[in-house]
Amino acid sequence: MTVVAERNIVVAGPTTVVIKSWKIPIILGAFALLALVLFVILGRNGTTTFILAEPTDFLQVAPIGIPVRASGIVATVLLAAFAVLGAWFVRSRGRVPLWIDILFGFVFLVEFLTWAAAPASVQVPGMLLQTIALSVPLIFGALGGVISERVGVVNIAIEGQLLAGAFVSAMIASITHQPLLGLIGAMVAGVLVSFILAAFSIKYLVDQVIVGVVINVFIVGLTNFLYSTVLSESPELLNSPPRFEAIDIPVLSQIPVIGPTFFRQSLIVYLVYVAVPLVWFGLFHTRWGLRLRAVGEHPQAADTVGINVTRTRFWNVSLAGAIAGLGGAFFTLGSVGAFSREMTGGQGYIALAAVIFGRWDPIRATVAALLFGFANELQYVLQDTSPIPSEFMLMLPYVVTILAVAGLVGQVRGPAASGKPYIKS
Amino acid sequence: MKLELRGITKRFGALIANDHIDLVVEPGEIHCLLGENGAGKSTLMNVLYGLYQADDGEILIDDVEQHFAGPGDAMKAGIGMVHQHFMLIPVFTVAENVMLGHEETKFGGRLDLAGARAKVREISERFGFSVDPDALVEDLPVGVQQRVEIIKALSRDAKVLVFDEPTAVLTPQETDELIVIMKQLRDAGTSIVFITHKLREVREVADRITIIRLGKVVGEAEPTATNAELASLMVGRAVDLTVDKGPEKPGAEALVVSNLSVIDARNQLVVNAVSFEVRAGEILAIAGVQGNGQTELTEALLGLQHRVTGEITLDGKSIRNRSVREVLDAGVGFIPEDRQEDGLVAEFTIAENLMLDRSTGAPFIRGGALQRGFIAEFAEKKIGEFDIRAQGIDTLVGKLSGGNQQKVVLARELSRDLRLFVAAQPTRGLDVGSIEFVHTRIVQTRDSGIPVIVVSTELDEVVALADRIAVMYRGGIVGIVPGDTPRETLGLMMAGEVPAGETSQGGAAA
Repeated sequence: MTVVAERNIVVAGPTTVVIKSWKIPIILGAFALLALVLFVILGRNGTTTFILAEPTDFLQVAPIGIPVRASGIVATVLLAAFAVLGAWFVRSRGRVPLWIDILFGFVFLVEFLTWAAAPASVQVPGMLLQTIALSVPLIFGALGGVISERVGVVNIAIEGQLLAGAFVSAMIASITHQPLLGLIGAMVAGVLVSFILAAFSIKYLVDQVIVGVVINVFIVGLTNFLYSTVLSESPELLNSPPRFEAIDIPVLSQIPVIGPTFFRQSLIVYLVYVAVPLVWFGLFHTRWGLRLRAVGEHPQAADTVGINVTRTRFWNVSLAGAIAGLGGAFFTLGSVGAFSREMTGGQGYIALAAVIFGRWDPIRATVAALLFGFANELQYVLQDTSPIPSEFMLMLPYVVTILAVAGLVGQVRGPAASGKPYIKS
Repeated sequence: MKLELRGITKRFGALIANDHIDLVVEPGEIHCLLGENGAGKSTLMNVLYGLYQADDGEILIDDVEQHFAGPGDAMKAGIGMVHQHFMLIPVFTVAENVMLGHEETKFGGRLDLAGARAKVREISERFGFSVDPDALVEDLPVGVQQRVEIIKALSRDAKVLVFDEPTAVLTPQETDELIVIMKQLRDAGTSIVFITHKLREVREVADRITIIRLGKVVGEAEPTATNAELASLMVGRAVDLTVDKGPEKPGAEALVVSNLSVIDARNQLVVNAVSFEVRAGEILAIAGVQGNGQTELTEALLGLQHRVTGEITLDGKSIRNRSVREVLDAGVGFIPEDRQEDGLVAEFTIAENLMLDRSTGAPFIRGGALQRGFIAEFAEKKIGEFDIRAQGIDTLVGKLSGGNQQKVVLARELSRDLRLFVAAQPTRGLDVGSIEFVHTRIVQTRDSGIPVIVVSTELDEVVALADRIAVMYRGGIVGIVPGDTPRETLGLMMAGEVPAGETSQGGAAA
């Protein structure tokens, strides 16, 4: 038998089959139907005014009035059109381009605001300012989560790190009257919580999810106990920390809408602007990040090139705790101004959702955290005017989280060795 | 650089993996370490590489004693290793993998990727590899991944390179290319330790051969030694390397697979429109390099894959998209490729494992209760019949050797009334004695008139067993050829080339 002499083998990966997924058009269709019910059938009268600038602003932008019923019809038609367009894309190309999702979300959101706030007005700068504020702990928590998971340790304990950070920062800042010292205290508290996580999951190989959950329960118990026995005894001395004041950045803070949103914030918020790009750059462009990711993907391979897996994991989980601790300090030093029982209220878990929704990428996780923060703020803005019962509005951030993680994320690949202890044979 | 191991001893509990092993590797020679699976070759090399600490003995480089606390120290001393399971990070690029562990940085701590790329290119050119420094490792074929491993070791100025079973994942052609590379490296002054259990390769490439059996050095041999001599040294007795097999007496078509495609969880078309049939009383071997769709094909036959199109009929009845239970009831026996993961429950006894797929009713179960008496009787009978060496039927399967574990799987599957027998990698990781046993049993099954499919990545095994050979490449069948087809032709087919006079199926054409 003769053999084909010529060898012309193209090196390529296996064929990927495009599976037509109708999930997104169906979701869009469902929301378009929801829009029909809310905005048209249950349509409301009047005009909603969007106020884009504050009276003290240097540049004034005129408020925009939107008639509720007319805009509801227009929006519903637009949304239905997007859903049909999405279905067309699936039929012809197999998938829906991202811009359709984004436009759909934007139109739905604006019309929902218009409808729910009618006939009052919406303070756009204030709303965005609050969105940032509500997102700050989520962002810090998510950054901690990204670092920890990228190095191979599932960090369920973000909640505990936030809570410990909030408690310690309140106490230290109250005693010293120095919010900066409180901030440092919060980081130390986060690191201490991480030490527990790291010791049990890395050294003693206990299941990381279980350790994380136990830590969260433990920190809730511990802070509740100390709150009722120590802080409540002398709240003036121990639980009245000075808050970080908002600092206006000259010129930048005068830009309409954007200025007050981003540049009239406190020090902790400005720290976010530094931390996010820093973590991103570190993860993807430095030796630290390369080694960290190697340990989280294939610890044995990292070991064979002389990287100490255990040490790398231990210190980076600690670093993750310090960052999450910063987020905890925001609760007491940035917003409320005092510690109260369980004041983090599950934000740590939302931050974890942001990590997954953001595909273990610091920038995407930040965007996800902002989305969750916005959903949270929406509930406050619409509390009084919305025809939807307030209990349902309270659920909004969590509904958005579930939809985001379950519906839109789909199949993503996290760090391969995340959650798996490294046992050197 | 001269490498010397003196009296290396390594124990794992009661097991002595390495028992006072002495080995000298002279500069610029290819030194083969030959031994069966489990003889202790890999343990020895992991000691050398600092992954394990020896309990006794010393490592000398150029007559200076070394103490390796970890792989980092070994690398600094000039030892590089090409691991059997590549130590590469799939989501990193080639350049990132090569620089990992000794990264150069520029201003602001920024990784010097340009420098790493240049280094990859420089080494690639020196040895005639074509490796793109910016390709993601997971997108590269295994042969190229292995070159990345070699580049990684060379970029650290390795003077001694250890290749641990490097040919296990390669096509015969890639193996030939690797042998050329090894000789090139040797001529450039690198010492090479080549670990393998394949006799053919040893004779082709070695300057010296050291044979290890049960953790001890049992002898040295010249590359001129015959296969039989090397095999008897390796196993400790004379071995018959051929399978005793008469001509097949094929009957009617039993299994007919037509246009079968499988899509995996990552939406990849892993089996692409394959068609073949197996007749009663013949062995169809499915050859191919690991990862070309064989695993998914056998899983599809068993009903373990969910996105399957095309048709599978057994004795005229469709078994596609049936539950595994229905497929088993139709008379399909199956040896999975990973016996520890899919074939056995390690924490169960031999008796329990022997009845794992019979838990639906009599005679093993009556009225929902295990029939202990019958199960014990059955197990006693099978232990004798299949020569399973264990203390008793209540021994945990996890405590058995690989060969005896495989005999348990074989006993379970062959003791049902079969209409089809599928054996995936039936001798992977077994010692020579067990391999002989498994092969004999497979041939006996064929001779009793049952259609048999053997999936194997070992060309030796394929050639020894097959009546006909189907070669898979990238999910398709390149061709179905007679069992006596020359190895060279099979090798080319495993790389995707279609032999003259054949038409390939699916996406297999090159």
